[in-house]
Amino acid sequence: MNWTLAIPEIVLTIGGLIILLVGAMQKKKNSFFSSAIFLTAIFIAAGFLTLTNVNGLAYYGLFVNDEFSRYMKLLILIAGLLTIILSLDFNKKNKTTYFEFIALITFSTVGAMIMVSSNNLMSLYLGLELSSLSLYILCAIDRNNLLSAESGIKYFILGSIASAILLYGISMLYGSTGAMEYDNIHKAIVSTNYTNMEFVIGLVFVLVGICFKISAVPFHMWTPDVYQGAPTPVTTFLSTSPKFAAFALFLRLMSGPFGSLSYQWQFLIEVITLLSIVIGSVGAVSQTNIKRMMAYSSIAHMGYAMVGLAAGTTNGVLGTIIYLTTYLFMNVGTFSIITSMTKKGKIVENIHDLAGLGKSDPGIAVAMAIFMFSMAGVPPLAGFFGKFMVFWAVIQVHLYVLATVGIVASVISAFFYLRVVKIIFMDKASECLDHRSLSISFMSFGMGTLTVIFIIFMGPMVHVGKVAAQSLFNLS
Amino acid sequence: MNIFDTVGVASYIIVSGILFTIGLFGVFANRKNLIVILMSIELMLLSANLNLIAFSSTFGNLTGQIMVMFSLTVAAAETAIGLAIIMVFYRNRRSVEVQDTMVMKG
Repeated sequence: MNWTLAIPEIVLTIGGLIILLVGAMQKKKNSFFSSAIFLTAIFIAAGFLTLTNVNGLAYYGLFVNDEFSRYMKLLILIAGLLTIILSLDFNKKNKTTYFEFIALITFSTVGAMIMVSSNNLMSLYLGLELSSLSLYILCAIDRNNLLSAESGIKYFILGSIASAILLYGISMLYGSTGAMEYDNIHKAIVSTNYTNMEFVIGLVFVLVGICFKISAVPFHMWTPDVYQGAPTPVTTFLSTSPKFAAFALFLRLMSGPFGSLSYQWQFLIEVITLLSIVIGSVGAVSQTNIKRMMAYSSIAHMGYAMVGLAAGTTNGVLGTIIYLTTYLFMNVGTFSIITSMTKKGKIVENIHDLAGLGKSDPGIAVAMAIFMFSMAGVPPLAGFFGKFMVFWAVIQVHLYVLATVGIVASVISAFFYLRVVKIIFMDKASECLDHRSLSISFMSFGMGTLTVIFIIFMGPMVHVGKVAAQSLFNLS
Repeated sequence: MNIFDTVGVASYIIVSGILFTIGLFGVFANRKNLIVILMSIELMLLSANLNLIAFSSTFGNLTGQIMVMFSLTVAAAETAIGLAIIMVFYRNRRSVEVQDTMVMKG
């Protein structure tokens, strides 16, 4: 039993418990900001521990650590850290400086990391539940706001249905293969070429559960409402960390235990991918609330990332990994600007509230334009390379329909991204947005720089990603 | 004498399938109360647990029963969180009706 493989998770869990304990013991003083500093420290520590960890199995095969899981864990840790930086000023303005916010982000991150490292249906389910249960509370954390409570309810109900379906699927997989370990499921599938009813039900139900987490169409209904109602830093977190974890799970399941059944699930994944791209792009066109627009945009982005999964090759996995990395920068950057959208201290969310930003605050307007162009996939920026990698992978395996529809939908999506740019630079405003705070400047310029110079560190990134993708296929 | 020798695992799967379907319909057909939805979700989770126990008993390995322990714990936590969120909603809206959760649309 090699428990040191899970040391980043252990450090984060203990840190989260300390935050809860200290916060509960302090009667008068608000420990939100000191907890945030503590969280930054433990996240950085966990990042270093993740980087220096070795490969192997731990806890009797419940937990696996390889290059792929380390890569995804680092993405998840970065997403959590950036969310906390975003929340510092927002929560103060919004009067939600609860120390529980910090603790819940920590626990959700731990759950996501366990999902990434799961090597058994049991640790899959527990990691997924730990990450989701924390997110349900985070959505409703602004407890005096009706929209926040409503988004919490919607996410809770639909999320619980999805996890119940996932659990039923797990029970069916267990029933047809007699095992919970990925390796043993794989062996059972290879030895007795499974096409029986039980197994197919189990496979599809597990797929549905994971598709819900990454909000792929037709399981996307919750996304716009939850994104709109939840406080903006929570929305940022919601659109990054659990999706990376669910994608890692998806890739691990599909390349590992179900890899030999690709002829059974590949068509399903292709349909889900196409629907996500098309409905995400078309749905965003008619939105006026910028958070709803970003919700549809994230549905489309998850569709693009799934294109790599549909390819089912090492290059496909590499494309998905690179896509998720670029998505992290663009998405957090965009949401940092949405977080700063206030007029006279009141939070505004309409796209037309951005009008006149080009005159009143050119720096942030340029940053927003960079993110929008990057999301639309304009060449020198990060978003282009993600799209390029996945479509390159999918053309290699001759899935031309997927590539064509994806590129057409990408053109449709350019419409609503560029509309935002047009509103920022060309429309006249009656009233300007408030001046940005320091954390917003830091985030938007940092992420903007990363989006622009991604072309420089693209080479090393692809190299690391390739190692990660190969480790996924070697293990099975 | 094992009870599964006389009843057979197929009967258990059928019962759990029926329970799961009732739970799913309970969520989607219910237009009145949020608490009923919570109960229906619980029913869905329990039907999966019944499956796991039945399979575990037929295979003679304990993995399924351990999983049930974990999933019962998770279900308890989930219900607690669900009730807390419904309380927060009630404080803001003074209602737990399903049709009152439709402020956001589009």
